[in-house]
Amino acid sequence: MNNQIKDKIQVLIESSPVMVFMKGTKLMPQCGFSNNVVQILNSLGIEFNTFDVLSDFEIREGIKEFSNWPTIPQVYLKGEFIGGSDILIEMYNSGELKQKIEIELAS
Amino acid sequence: MVTNERVIELIKQKIPDSEVIVDNLSGNDHLQVTVTSSVFEGLSLIKQHQLIYSALTKELANEAIHALALKTQTP
Repeated sequence: MNNQIKDKIQVLIESSPVMVFMKGTKLMPQCGFSNNVVQILNSLGIEFNTFDVLSDFEIREGIKEFSNWPTIPQVYLKGEFIGGSDILIEMYNSGELKQKIEIELAS
Repeated sequence: MVTNERVIELIKQKIPDSEVIVDNLSGNDHLQVTVTSSVFEGLSLIKQHQLIYSALTKELANEAIHALALKTQTP
């Protein structure tokens, strides 16, 4: 992955405290796993930005290398990768997600 | 396309003491995989899942596995 893509990804990650790389958009998720993440964040009333990886193949592949995580969606909290669909669901069910986000957004 | 047996074999090669269950969500490229192993002890969820992903790099890259839902646990 060349630096130009890496920089583009970094800018996207920093564009919002909570950033989601997903297939589709908030209103039109194109994949069940991406939809899980959107629903979870919406239900917690969390503000978040999204990027549709289906619109940019270089970002879609670059993000996997960037975080050493081979699947989409990917969720970033204040620049830190916190997981994909499975992990968000587990953290949501245990209450850890709400706590982690509130602490990070308050700091 | 990859068989469930092959997925189990690949994960066991990476995590020898693991117990692996593979279910098909929809079609044979949407998989639910549950892995039980003591190696997960003390690892963050991200690290646990990355361990499994590292056993399936090729299958994920060439979309033999299109969607993979993971559940990890210690015995």
